[in-house]
Amino acid sequence: MAYSDKVIDHYSNPRNVGTLDKSKANVGTGLVGAPECGDVMRLQIEVDENQVITDAKFKTFGCGSAIASSSLATEWLKGKTVDEALAIDNMEIVEELALPPVKIHCSVLAEDAIKAAINDYRVKNGLEPLVEAKSHH
Amino acid sequence: MLKFPIYLDNNATTPMDPRVLEAMLPYFTNHFGNAASRNHPFGWAAEEAVDYAREQIAALINCNPKELIFTSGATESDNLAIKGVFEMYASKGNHIITATTEHKAVLDTCKHIEKLGGQVTYLQVNSEGLINLEELEAAITDKTILISIMYGNNEVGVIQPIKEIGRIAKKHGVLFFTDGTQAVGKIPVDVEADGIDLMAFSGHKMYGPKGVGALYVRRKNPRVKVTAQMDGGGHERGMRSGTLNVPGIVGLGKAAEICRTDMESDTARIKAMRDRLENELLQIEESYLNGSKEHRLPHVSNISFKYVEGEGLMMGVKDIAVSSGSACTSASLEPSYVLKALGLNDDLAHSSLRFGLSRFTTEEEVDFAISHVKEAVAKLRELSPLWEMFKEGIDLNTVEWTEH
Repeated sequence: MAYSDKVIDHYSNPRNVGTLDKSKANVGTGLVGAPECGDVMRLQIEVDENQVITDAKFKTFGCGSAIASSSLATEWLKGKTVDEALAIDNMEIVEELALPPVKIHCSVLAEDAIKAAINDYRVKNGLEPLVEAKSHH
Repeated sequence: MLKFPIYLDNNATTPMDPRVLEAMLPYFTNHFGNAASRNHPFGWAAEEAVDYAREQIAALINCNPKELIFTSGATESDNLAIKGVFEMYASKGNHIITATTEHKAVLDTCKHIEKLGGQVTYLQVNSEGLINLEELEAAITDKTILISIMYGNNEVGVIQPIKEIGRIAKKHGVLFFTDGTQAVGKIPVDVEADGIDLMAFSGHKMYGPKGVGALYVRRKNPRVKVTAQMDGGGHERGMRSGTLNVPGIVGLGKAAEICRTDMESDTARIKAMRDRLENELLQIEESYLNGSKEHRLPHVSNISFKYVEGEGLMMGVKDIAVSSGSACTSASLEPSYVLKALGLNDDLAHSSLRFGLSRFTTEEEVDFAISHVKEAVAKLRELSPLWEMFKEGIDLNTVEWTEH
């Protein structure tokens, strides 16, 4: 199977790889997937007092499409408000990266990671968790 | 000068040896006759070429040239052997013994046999990938007609105790079929010494052409017959109808001859390179060899690089062509059933790469592969949350993962 140029670009030059300090109250961490399934994503956001995501980092264990999906997600998250981030749909990632049908689960996982990170941030700040994870392969 | 990508997937298929191509070419053009045409020189030339190829192949596996049935490849040979024996020996019994690590061409054929009312026992393998001979013998009943155990495994290269299996089969009067696809041409295979009654193999795994293979069917002690699975002109002693693929058969013959004459020197060189590749890669932290180190084909190495996913890794080693036990592209997301049968956890199975060397592999290519894989593993571990957790001393088994 051939990868799209955008997947190859994100895989070769992943954006925002790294780790934020998860003990900080304004950092939300989402860890989704499982090693047995062949993909695990960890996505982190740092949120300022205006509910704007100022930084986003990821690390992913998975195929090229999973790495690209999470790399793209961090790019999109930076500068968005938390509410705007919640609106990101996995199909936008599919479209942007031209993922084939067998790789759609990678985009679903990225969306789940975003939502899990936001929930973690909300819970840390005394808010109710908002959304249910979408992932089920 | 290295030419990219470097081909290290020789268990999938081998490049054809130029000497094989040269031998085949006249049989596409000048000598195009049908080997079954008995009435003119065109047919005679074709038949003569086929007979010569039979001798070349017979010499490689130590059989009589008449004991070879030409087919389209190993999958067809597997089907013909198992279905053909099941039908031919129906009055004797309906039980077949095989193993969980067999090729799909054997396993799916066995599933088909079960639908037809046959009984199949699937032997487990140990962590080295080897079957247990006592379990094999214990599984034999008075209804058992066939033992089907492969010679060398395609994914991990593990060589089963063929001679011992042959002895057990003989002792109980059960036929022994082996899928020899990965072994024939690579290591000495002797149907007499090994006690093999039927054996499948293929041209394109031994530097010959695709689309041609053979089934060895013993003619003496005992005389074995299989029911044809295609109806037609009754070629190949009535066991496989269809006009013979003369150029392909000539190629298979030539490939067999080269394998026989060059095996000793080829194998020594290939094994030395394989061992070097393997030893270097196993120096990477948290990397594991899959399958028996000792009972193994000389050109194969299957290694898991923990905390790195195989398909992602293959993308990172794009300058070499290898395959992975990860099945991220398949709908089921299930990793290799062979690796799982060896007892690997899904995460280790997902993290595996299979390297297959050939007589055309060079030292420079191996050098490159070593550094290329080392770099890619290091790069992907930098990206891997699992690696980070491992390095922080977190036991991944205690983490609550979100189910998919």
